[in-house]
Amino acid sequence: MTWKQVFTSSVGKKLVMGLTGISLVLFLIVHAGINACIFADLVDPEENGAMFNKAAHFMGSTVLIRIMEIGLFAGIILHIYQGYLLTLENKQKRAVGYAVTYKDGSKWYSRSMGLLGTLILLFLILHLYHFWVSARFTHQGLDPVTYNGIEMHNMFALMKVTFSEWWIIAVYSAGCISLAYHLAHGFQSAFRTLGVYNNRYTLMLTSIGYAYSIIIALVFILMPVSFKMGWIG
Amino acid sequence: MEHYHMNLNLKVWRQKNTNTKGDFKTYQVKNISSEMSFLEMFDVLNEQLITEGEEPVAFDHDCREGICGMCSMYINGKPHGPWQANTTCQLHMRAFKDGDTIVVEPWRANAFPVIKDLTVDRSSFDRIIQAGGYISVNTGNAVDGNALPINKDNADNSFAAAMCIGCGACVAACKNSSAMLFLSAKVSHLALLPQGEPERKSRVMNMVAQMDKEGFGACTNTGACEATCPKEISLTNIARLNSEYLGASLSADK
Repeated sequence: MTWKQVFTSSVGKKLVMGLTGISLVLFLIVHAGINACIFADLVDPEENGAMFNKAAHFMGSTVLIRIMEIGLFAGIILHIYQGYLLTLENKQKRAVGYAVTYKDGSKWYSRSMGLLGTLILLFLILHLYHFWVSARFTHQGLDPVTYNGIEMHNMFALMKVTFSEWWIIAVYSAGCISLAYHLAHGFQSAFRTLGVYNNRYTLMLTSIGYAYSIIIALVFILMPVSFKMGWIG
Repeated sequence: MEHYHMNLNLKVWRQKNTNTKGDFKTYQVKNISSEMSFLEMFDVLNEQLITEGEEPVAFDHDCREGICGMCSMYINGKPHGPWQANTTCQLHMRAFKDGDTIVVEPWRANAFPVIKDLTVDRSSFDRIIQAGGYISVNTGNAVDGNALPINKDNADNSFAAAMCIGCGACVAACKNSSAMLFLSAKVSHLALLPQGEPERKSRVMNMVAQMDKEGFGACTNTGACEATCPKEISLTNIARLNSEYLGASLSADK
């Protein structure tokens, strides 16, 4: 059995989805953690995003992290490509559909991973355009700010400007809710796909998965809302 | 329990053969006893159709006591009908009430082509079993049953997996037409026992390859299969299969 045969089998394709999914789960923890630095403003209003700007500067200027960023994008692209491939292939396995579909045995979000993934992708495109493209390439809307003699981008100010419009906050919230449902199924499913079958772990992973999905979505939704409501910035 | 009689509207899938397009036909059956099994109600319908000079409805059945896995109707949007942990033959008419309309469809999956009406070809399951669902046993005198010590938990889990009757409800219920619950039950019940050890790695590899070849979909762990399985085969078996597959791939020689 060659590696190619392994990873092109139905179980192997799911392994790719699980592995890339778990790497994205880990990425989200780092992303949420670094962005949560904006909440330093709640304790010290004079802070004005200094902790967040420094953290963002560290992420953008460290070579090792930039190399990991390439891996992250490769993981996202593979997850999207394989996800769509599996969704299409699975759909084709039933040429004639049922008159009455079976819905009681499974959660709606576990059956809608393709749709939820598409909503997340649409959100991701807007999100990358707002921040990643601006920080890495165009520097549009980015003012310089200096801490301890080092000049860096004022990402905090860019967030404040971006999150001044309600429609953007609504789109970000919808994106995060889609993410929460995607993770509610994806988190525990990824571990099952990787072969975790002991009840001791599957029950624990399902609970952790639900908690993780809700916390991650809430933390991310709180960011634009906090700017708009004037709690920070 | 109250005994009663009912009149029903049946919307049944009729299809001449694999190559023709089928459609639904509506029939009325009268005076059906709540004590009848679902298949007995179909026997009444077929008697009625024969009397009227119509072709009877073809459907699979054999033991009619819930153990052979032959019956295969998709009733009102659920394989084997509304009851939990139940086969179509053990579904009784007390599950319905007078005036109900019941929609009956065959298992739908490309890997289970319709032969006629509600009868589908499930020989793809047989070929998956042939690809690795066996153990090697030396001929000669029977070995003492207690010669091989087996962990009690493994014996219980293996037995629970071996309960699979191969009816195909898991495929019918799955939105991906995946046969993973069936396959995982077959792999698990042998992988958990010492007798299954010699072919352990080749078994899972060959059976997954055959499943893919037969045109079943990939598993997305929605749990619909487990919820509808008449033998309550656990989704845990699918995770165990994944573990077996990963282990066999990582430790493969070439």
